[in-house]
Amino acid sequence: MTDQRSQAEIVRQSLKRRYRKERRFRAYGILAIAIALSALVVLFVDIIGKGYTGFTKTTITMEVELDGEMMYLDDATDKKQIKMADFVEPLLQALIKQVPGATEENRDAVRDLLNPYASNELRDMLEQNPEWLGTTQTLTVLAHTDVDVYVKHAGDDAYSIKLSDRQQRWVDQLVEKEVVQTSFNDVFFSSGDSRDPSRAGILGAIVGSLLTMLVTLVLSFPIGVAAAIYLEEFAPQNKLTDFIEVNINNLAAVPSIIFGLLGLAVFINLFGMPRSVPVVGGLVLTLMTLPTIIISSRAAIKSVPPSIREAAEGIGASKMQVVLHHVLPLAMPGMLTGSIIGMAQALGETAPLLLIGMVAFIVDVPDGFFDSATVLPVQVFLWAGSPELAFIERASAAIMVLLAFLVSMNALAIWLRKRLERRW
Amino acid sequence: MNTMNPTIAKEADHQEIETVTPVREQPEETIIEEGKTVGEPFADNAKFKLRDVNVSYGDTRAIKNISLDVAKNEVIAFIGPSGCGKSTFLRCLNRMNDSIEICKVTGSLQLDDQDIYDRRRDVVELRARVGMVFQKPNPFPKSIYDNVAYGPRIHGLANRKSDLDDIVENSLRKAGLWSEVKDRLDATATGMSGGQQQRLCIARAIAVSPEVILMDEPCSALDPIATARVEELMAEMSESYTIVIVTHSMQQAARVSNRTAYFHLGHLVEVNETNKVFTSPEHELTESYITGRFG
Repeated sequence: MTDQRSQAEIVRQSLKRRYRKERRFRAYGILAIAIALSALVVLFVDIIGKGYTGFTKTTITMEVELDGEMMYLDDATDKKQIKMADFVEPLLQALIKQVPGATEENRDAVRDLLNPYASNELRDMLEQNPEWLGTTQTLTVLAHTDVDVYVKHAGDDAYSIKLSDRQQRWVDQLVEKEVVQTSFNDVFFSSGDSRDPSRAGILGAIVGSLLTMLVTLVLSFPIGVAAAIYLEEFAPQNKLTDFIEVNINNLAAVPSIIFGLLGLAVFINLFGMPRSVPVVGGLVLTLMTLPTIIISSRAAIKSVPPSIREAAEGIGASKMQVVLHHVLPLAMPGMLTGSIIGMAQALGETAPLLLIGMVAFIVDVPDGFFDSATVLPVQVFLWAGSPELAFIERASAAIMVLLAFLVSMNALAIWLRKRLERRW
Repeated sequence: MNTMNPTIAKEADHQEIETVTPVREQPEETIIEEGKTVGEPFADNAKFKLRDVNVSYGDTRAIKNISLDVAKNEVIAFIGPSGCGKSTFLRCLNRMNDSIEICKVTGSLQLDDQDIYDRRRDVVELRARVGMVFQKPNPFPKSIYDNVAYGPRIHGLANRKSDLDDIVENSLRKAGLWSEVKDRLDATATGMSGGQQQRLCIARAIAVSPEVILMDEPCSALDPIATARVEELMAEMSESYTIVIVTHSMQQAARVSNRTAYFHLGHLVEVNETNKVFTSPEHELTESYITGRFG
C-alpha cells in the first residue's frame, strides 16, 4: 500500500515536469509561427505600402479645341496627313488656358506637364473619330511622369520632385480645379513595358507569363506523370532504375540558373531557336519543373493503398487497367497538387529566363509562342533595377499582381485536392 | 523453453529444413519430412493439380515441396499457425505473387490440366477463372454498382446495359446483399459496414463467374454476425464454385469446409476430411495445433 502511494507521488512529480516541458514546447511553436507571420506581415505591408500608388494614374482633363489650321490637318481620314500633323499644339494651348499666369513665353514649362505620349493619344482618338476635327472636345490625357510623381509623393523624401517651383504651383492649382486628377491605372493593365513609367504596364509580362506557363504545363505534366507511372509501376527494380531515381532527386536540387545555361546552350545555340521567346522559356522551365512533378506524382502513386491494386488484379484487370482505372484516379489529386505547386514555382522563376534573353526590353504585347516576350518576375526585376523612382511603385504593383497569381494557383491546388480526394 | 530444440536444429542441417519464423513451443521430437503429407492429399476429380510446389522469397523458402489436389466443387480450408505459408500457397493459385519480384515458384501447378505458370499462360484469363477475396474488405472507392460491374466490364461479359444490370443484380443476390443495397446502388461502396463491404467484394468476385474462388481469411476483419453471414454464403456458393479458404479460425474451417489442409512451417503436414482432422488427426503436429497447444 505504502509502496503504491510513493509510486503515485513519483508519477505526480514527474507529471509536473512533463507538463512544464509541454508548455515550453508549445511556447516555442507559437513563437516560431509568430516570427513567420510577422515576417509575412512586414513583407506585405512594405510591398502594398510602396506599391498601391502604382495602381493609380494621373491625368489631365480639359477642353481641347481641335483646330485644323493649328494642327496642319484638314482631313482626319488621310493617313499621310495624320502622320505629319501637329497634335501637341492643341493640347498645349488648352493647358495654357487652364494654367493661371501661364503665357506663350513659358509654353515649354507648361508642355512639360503633358505626357510626351499625350499627342499620340490625341492622334489615335482623332483617327477613330475624324468628325471631331474643327470641334471642341473634353479630353482626358496622361500627365507627365514628373507630375504623376509630384501629385502622389509630394511630401515623400524618397522621391525627388523634378518639377520647378513654378510648375509645382501650377500643378497644385490644377489639382484644385480638378483638371489634374488621379484615377485607376488602366494603362498598367493594358500595355507593355515602356521607357516612360506612366506609360508602362504589365500586360506584356502577363501574356508572356501565360504563354510560357502554357508551354511548361503542356510539356511537363504529361512527361512528369508518364515518367512517374513508368518508374512506379512498370520499371524493373534494378541498378539502372535506382540510378535514375537518384538523378531525378538531384535534379530537383539543381540551382535554376543552371537550367538557364542549359537552355541557352542547347535550345538556342544548338537548335537555333530564337531568343527571348516563350517557347524556349517554357522548355527551360519544363526541365526545372519536371523533377518536382515526377517526385510528387510518384509519392501520390505510392500512397494508393495496395489493397485497391490487389482487388483489381484479383478480378483479372491487366496492369494497364489497374493503372488507368484505379491507381491514376486515386493518385490524381496528389499529382495535380504537385504539378500546380511546380507551376507556381516556375511562374515565380527569374534566373533561368535571364540567360535565355527574356530580360530584354520588350514594348509590344507578345502575340504568339515565338514572339519576343518577358515574364512577370523578370519585369519586376527590370523595374526594380531602374534608376527612375516612378518605376519602383510599378515594380511593387507588379509584385502584387504576381503574388495574386501565386496565391490563386495555390488556392486552386488546395481546392482541387479537397475536391478530388476520395476516402477509403 | 528454447524456441528450437537442439536435436531438430541438428536435423535441420542435415535435411535442409529451414524455419520461416521461430515457432513457439514446437513439440519435441517431431521431424517433418519434406514432401511427406499424411492423409489424403489427392482427389479423383481434381480442379487444381499441384505437384512438388516450392515457393521462395529470395533465399527464404516459404513453401517446401507441397503436393495437393483441390477437387471440383469442394470447399477446402487451409489452416496453420501464422507464417506457415498457407496464404503464400493460396496466392500461387491465381498468380497473385507475380507482382512480388523476389518471389519464385517452381513445381507443377495445373488448373484443369493446364499449367498455371506456363509462360504463354495469360494471367488475366487465369484470374477471370480464379477469383479472389481478400483479408481486408477492399471495395473500389466507387459506387456499389460500379464495384460489381467492374469485372464484367473489363472482360466484356455484358454488351448491353440490361445484361450488366442482370449480372450486378444476380451477383449481389448470391452474395446476400441485394435486399440491403438495391435502393442505393449509386452510393459509394466505402460508406458500407465492414461485413457489407466484404460481401460486396464476394459479389464482385462472383460477377465474372469464376470457377474457383480463393478466400484469404475473409472474415478476420468482421464481427461474428457478419462472419456468420459470409459463412452461410460460402455454403450456398459451394454448390457452383470450388472454394479454397485460408482461415485462422478452426471453428470456421470445421463449419464450412469439406476437407482441411494443415500447414506447418511451409510444409503441408496433413490433408483429410474436415471431420477427421478435427476429431482424430493423424499427425501429432495437427493434433497439437487444433488442441491449441501452439500456434
